[in-house]
Amino acid sequence: MNRSWWVWRGLLVIPVLWLGIFFVLPLGLLVVYSFLTHQGYGNVLWQWTGENYARLLNPTYGEILLRSVGLALGTTLVCLVLGYPLALWLVTQPRPWRTIFLLLVIIPFWTNFLVRTYAWMVLLGQRGVINSILLGLNIISEPLNLLFTPFAVWIGLVYGYLPFMILPLYSTLEKFDFNLVLAAQDLGANFWQILYRVLIPLSMRGIGVGCLLVFIPAVGAFVTPDILGGARSLLVGNLVQNQFLKTLDWPLGAALSVVLMLLILLPILLYLRLGEPGNPMNFSS
Amino acid sequence: MAIKSWWRWWWLGLLTLGLAAWLPLGCTGLNSPPTPPAPTATLSIYNWATYIDPQALSEFEKRFNVRIKYDTFDSPDTLYAKLKPGNPGYDVIFPSDYLVTRMINEGMLLPLDQAQIPNQVNLSDQFRNPAYDPGNRYSMPYQWGTQGIGYNKKKIGRAIDSWEVMFDPQYRVSWQEESRATLGAVLIALGLDPNTTEASEINRARDWLIQHKGNIIAFAPDTGEELLNQGEVVLAFENSGDVFQVMAENPDIAYSIPKQGAILWVDTMAIPKGAPQVELAHKFINYLLEPQVAAQISNYTRYATPNQTAIQDKLIRAEDLNNPAIYPPPGVMRKLYILKNLPAPTLKLYEAAWNAVKLKVGKA
Repeated sequence: MNRSWWVWRGLLVIPVLWLGIFFVLPLGLLVVYSFLTHQGYGNVLWQWTGENYARLLNPTYGEILLRSVGLALGTTLVCLVLGYPLALWLVTQPRPWRTIFLLLVIIPFWTNFLVRTYAWMVLLGQRGVINSILLGLNIISEPLNLLFTPFAVWIGLVYGYLPFMILPLYSTLEKFDFNLVLAAQDLGANFWQILYRVLIPLSMRGIGVGCLLVFIPAVGAFVTPDILGGARSLLVGNLVQNQFLKTLDWPLGAALSVVLMLLILLPILLYLRLGEPGNPMNFSS
Repeated sequence: MAIKSWWRWWWLGLLTLGLAAWLPLGCTGLNSPPTPPAPTATLSIYNWATYIDPQALSEFEKRFNVRIKYDTFDSPDTLYAKLKPGNPGYDVIFPSDYLVTRMINEGMLLPLDQAQIPNQVNLSDQFRNPAYDPGNRYSMPYQWGTQGIGYNKKKIGRAIDSWEVMFDPQYRVSWQEESRATLGAVLIALGLDPNTTEASEINRARDWLIQHKGNIIAFAPDTGEELLNQGEVVLAFENSGDVFQVMAENPDIAYSIPKQGAILWVDTMAIPKGAPQVELAHKFINYLLEPQVAAQISNYTRYATPNQTAIQDKLIRAEDLNNPAIYPPPGVMRKLYILKNLPAPTLKLYEAAWNAVKLKVGKA
């Protein structure tokens, strides 16, 4: 035990305390609450029960959970399909331009997420920009119902989380040696073969990180469906929010959160498993 | 160009920017009148959104030399949820009738010092000593109104007078994101008491809403009038004054108190336990009960005032006073219900019904 060993241990105290107080403790409280008895209007009885989980067996909750996961998967897929070519294009740009284009991807972050989501209301509304243009060009005679539909939520999610896909892809592809593409071409590989055999396997890490960064917030999203989804596209995030802020059924909300967390943990475990043995975070071969 | 000269340009640019930012400030500083003394205290208020004339606030700030911190909520559920875990520092809150009772029962409100609120003599007898707070021990009425139907009369093509139209599949409608209000209105539509404690009746309202979910576009958090104004819905279950506010800019919109009846609500001013500025809070409540101030606010929000002096002194805009949708005639008044606080087991029934509604409508 030399001195630097102690210094390192000492430096760990603060983050461990931080995580303990602000992450582990609240998480434990959440789990505890999910097993307490709901007493109406925000009060709980300190009596253990599995009732909250039993209530979740109601098939409607299952449907909404399934729909949230489906929507999150769809969002992730679209972000990947849109983000991958863009990231690829970005890294092939000459130096000064590359930085400028990357900045353009990041700049929307400087505006508040709520404002950007409200902007979609202005675009999608009955008297919104899209409907006005289509009506003006006589393409449609009645305004389309775009806002307050699952479609609007999906657009909002893809728009909101696309940068989370592009940035990790960019940082992975930036280190990619494009001589490998030339080598593959020399060996007679066509475009798709290069993509599937060379590019994608060597950028798996970025793809994995990007997909997680999009999927996890998308599956719990509640602001976007709240603003763009209306009454008919409830997601599991809204359910949790409703339990805590509207009906004040904290135990049910806690049980929902626990289930949701376990559901999110699954793809993360899967992701770690895909890594090389002994080095879970590294799976770029 | 060498790196060094690039840096020189960089600094020069920065210097110019700095000068440009400083110059106009400096100039106005020279000409401005002597600044008033710095505010001595901050009063924190938690009220509904779009529910006061901002001028009334700045007037109070000037008169008492204080700063007002003004937060807004969009439903009584939100107000309660925010205060329940402990007062985060608000001095004056605006709970609705039934919520006052619940907050009193749960010891969340401070009894008012009646001596510090002499302006309460201006209140109409109708709104004094209410059932939700006997003797006005904890709350003073602020404004009142009804929750009825705001609608686009151009798109519907006729005046409406019944709740039935809210369940017509051909119209896009919005209800309120507020369990008691929306379920209460459905209960009235079904000819039942909005304060019912019968599980079967509550569930009938629940099933009726679910059965007619096809035309429900949104459960609006106090924004139904905006959805109406923007053409997202043609019918909105909304607070009277909110609808009047958009009627002023959109002549296609109208408001109706349906013939089956509607909910009458009274919003109050109260001081939550743990308020940092109790004395100032009393001053503020007393200030809002001044006839001129009460009239100024009601003329702005288009809600009815309980301030009898303001009405008698003709401080209220005549067109509002003669508008039966704002000050309903006695015949209509009899069909208006005030929501009562209900015992916890009953509230749990309403909660469960509301959850089921949101769930069933939400998965469509």
